[in-house]
Amino acid sequence: MRNIWLIARREYHHYFISPIAYAVAFAILLILGIIFYANIVGAMLQQIAPGMEIVFGPLVSLLIFTTPAITMRSIAEENKMGTLELLLTAPVRDWEIILGKWLGGFLFLGTVLLATWLYPIVLNQLVSPGIEQGVLVSGYLGIVMMSAAIIAIGVATSSLFGNQIAAFFATEGILLLLWVIGAPSQAMGMMGGSLLRYLDMSEHFYPTFYRGIVEVQDIIYFLSLTFLALFIGKISIEVRRWR
Amino acid sequence: MIHVSNLIKDYGKRRAINNISFDINNGEIVGFLGPNGAGKTTTMRILTTYLPPTDGEVEIGGYNILDNSLEIRRIVGYMPETVPLYSDMTVFEYLMYMAGLRNIKSAETRVTEVLELVSLTSRADGYIGKLSKGMRQRLGLAQALLHKPKVLILDEPTIGLDPAQIIEVRNLIREIGKEHTVLLSTHILPEAQQVCDRILIINKGQIVLDDSTERLQTHLTGANRVMLKIRGHEIEEAASLVATTPGVTFVDIKEDDLLEFECSAAEDARPLVARTVINAGFDLLELKTVSMSLEEIFLELTRDEPLAPEFNETPGLDVEIEGR
Ligand SMILES: Nc1ncnc2c1ncn2[C@@H]1O[C@H](COP(=O)(O)OP(=O)(O)OP(=O)(O)O)[C@@H](O)[C@H]1O
Ligand SMILES: [Mg+2]
Repeated sequence: MRNIWLIARREYHHYFISPIAYAVAFAILLILGIIFYANIVGAMLQQIAPGMEIVFGPLVSLLIFTTPAITMRSIAEENKMGTLELLLTAPVRDWEIILGKWLGGFLFLGTVLLATWLYPIVLNQLVSPGIEQGVLVSGYLGIVMMSAAIIAIGVATSSLFGNQIAAFFATEGILLLLWVIGAPSQAMGMMGGSLLRYLDMSEHFYPTFYRGIVEVQDIIYFLSLTFLALFIGKISIEVRRWR
Repeated sequence: MIHVSNLIKDYGKRRAINNISFDINNGEIVGFLGPNGAGKTTTMRILTTYLPPTDGEVEIGGYNILDNSLEIRRIVGYMPETVPLYSDMTVFEYLMYMAGLRNIKSAETRVTEVLELVSLTSRADGYIGKLSKGMRQRLGLAQALLHKPKVLILDEPTIGLDPAQIIEVRNLIREIGKEHTVLLSTHILPEAQQVCDRILIINKGQIVLDDSTERLQTHLTGANRVMLKIRGHEIEEAASLVATTPGVTFVDIKEDDLLEFECSAAEDARPLVARTVINAGFDLLELKTVSMSLEEIFLELTRDEPLAPEFNETPGLDVEIEGR
């Protein structure tokens, strides 16, 4: 446990001196702000009260497109710099390395998410009865769950690929696939269709968390995705030893 | 302390380590020598559990490398060849991080101690990215010493150090070697001779020499390589004369009045050679044994082709003319 924490802490600190991590955090907050502003102006003109979806909608897309840039370096860089040799010859278990890397990235993204609280606070001031607390909580819960899975997928990919750029595109590919995989479900038969819909990340966010509903099965979905990805990451480190 | 038997390592189809076996006793300092690509780093990486062996058995401190890799990592201190450091950390932070991973009690005291040992105290708060190559090298060593490891494995520890630091690091290694087991690789042969109790020479994945430095030294100064100097320039004539003398195994013309020959250790051919040369009318100016240096032994053992083919056709008797 101590080792996980040590590795996570180092990882977390590293993000704060990494230009890419800053760029990602900045891009998320800036684009979110622009969309937020545009939505507020539009809503004022049309005399309707905007809800939290003007934050959650863009935030989810931003997460999918930008987090791979945060996680791509996590293990690939250590591999390239040779520091992995240090880590793998220290008395640290493989799963501690993966879990530490994941936790560090998760905490960093959590910090960015914390900064996005600015928008609900502003929104709460703007709309007259205030925003729906239920949607706020469930939406953020969903986004945190999804972030856990996205970071896990990113870390696993980073350990599978020795190269950061390759890790970035592979993670992006996996995330986009998971995001749209349910789309052709209509065209398929009952069985295949529902399986694809189950695998789809958006199917576990938009119908539920996004609307203020918390379903156990969605939580289970994101947790399983996280565990599966971390497991693959651990295996990949083990395999690295066996090459 | 270290037991390696029939170790084999393949990288894909290339065999990097081909069936090597050796044992290193507690408290021994062993020098690992060999030309580039011989397999030194590969062997060390296997010993430190970074790489798995393809075949063979490795035990350190009684622990098997495959079954107890975590135990091995606890008792081994390792300084890799390309010293890997986190350039965004300060020297102190980095050592504290490594000390944390090694679960060292009162880490700060120990880190301060180790910094003192490698004379980096003044740079403790500087960023690693700003250190010079030699300082990084020393930091890599500091990291390996943190947990007072029973076994220290150092891959070319003195490369890139200034002369004063080389001496200091060598002294440090010797000091550590009094209680701990040290395996170090080096390309500096006198260093191996100075620092190590024993020398292992590896070539193309195989051990070609495993001997104590002491025995090597006496072997090196053995009486079997002799220099002979005559007046005049008819050295080739003299060479063929020496070559046919019983007991002489090898003749090498060095200059136009100087040659070296080797005789088998069993019979000392020197008196006979001297008589033969003088009887043939040469003026013998000098006859003395020359010691073979570790460099020469090393080159001899790790030579790519045994000898040029035309000299190989007459086994046992080679007259070789070096163009200088
Ligand atoms: N990661 C690797 N993948 C494939 N082949 C490798 C790898 N590492 C080393 N080799 C090969 O294994 C052989 C032994 O290499 P090794 O690095 O152990 O040599 P070395 O004795 O340490 O050499 P040097 O004195 O240059 O450090 C070489 O032929 C090398 O090309
Ligand atoms: Mg090497």
